[in-house]
Amino acid sequence: MWTWFYRLASPPHVYRVAATLIPWFLTAAAFAIGYGAIAGLVFAPPDYQQGDAFRIIYVHAPSGWISMFAYSTMAVAGAIGLIWRIKMGHAVAAAVAPIGASFTVLALVTGSLWGRPMWGTYWAWDPRLTSELILLFLFAGVMSLRPAFEDSNRGDRAAALLSIVGVVNVPIIHYSVLWWNSLHQGATVAKLGKPSMPPSMLLPLLSMMLGFMCFFGAVLCMRLRGEVLNRERQATWVREAIKS
Amino acid sequence: MGGYARFVWPCFGFACTVLAWNLWSARRFHAAARQRAGRTLAMSDEN
Repeated sequence: MWTWFYRLASPPHVYRVAATLIPWFLTAAAFAIGYGAIAGLVFAPPDYQQGDAFRIIYVHAPSGWISMFAYSTMAVAGAIGLIWRIKMGHAVAAAVAPIGASFTVLALVTGSLWGRPMWGTYWAWDPRLTSELILLFLFAGVMSLRPAFEDSNRGDRAAALLSIVGVVNVPIIHYSVLWWNSLHQGATVAKLGKPSMPPSMLLPLLSMMLGFMCFFGAVLCMRLRGEVLNRERQATWVREAIKS
Repeated sequence: MGGYARFVWPCFGFACTVLAWNLWSARRFHAAARQRAGRTLAMSDEN
């Protein structure tokens, strides 16, 4: 039952599987983002309160979602590396960090551009915005901690510990709009009852989320291949791998 | 865009930039790792 799990620990296997997945992820991302962007910008009706400014949601919500997903992935991968001493766990965590940081920046910038017409300001020390900014600092901390150690194993362990401790921020981001008085609007899609959007607005958003997810998968596989090569460059299988 | 074009288009433009940067940097990262691995193997062959 655990065979698949142990195979994931094998660097050559990970290197090969990642290469196979990249074109699939990229193709799916191109279609989903293409449809989501066109449908969101052209065919979705303007919001009755926010007008056309609501279209920012099509890049803001998926990027915010990916930023949290990336951080959780990094923490889980770090925990796997730390607990089971699986090197690939640390490799995944290292590969995820810059991608997650870039999507966090995207979420903050697009949120800020949305805030100006809706709230009258580019920035407010609102719980959702502040916790998302803390997420960016956590990504930056994890990225700078890893190379700060001469011994790469110690760097991996320290980065994994920080990412595990920081994962407490993820539910805070998600529930901040419920726990505190917030300028930020509440959940629109992930509501237990029914999403507060009509299908003409919701479908492009779901498509963009799927597209961003696939794009994240593709870029993660690319970075992971580089990370595996960096860590395994003395191994014999690398000779065959870089020839092909 | 009902007067909101100066907010909507920069968001989509910035999103395109971030996606493109991610692709470019990931490809570059992998290419650099390949090159480094190649050099390491060549050095070990020489020794």
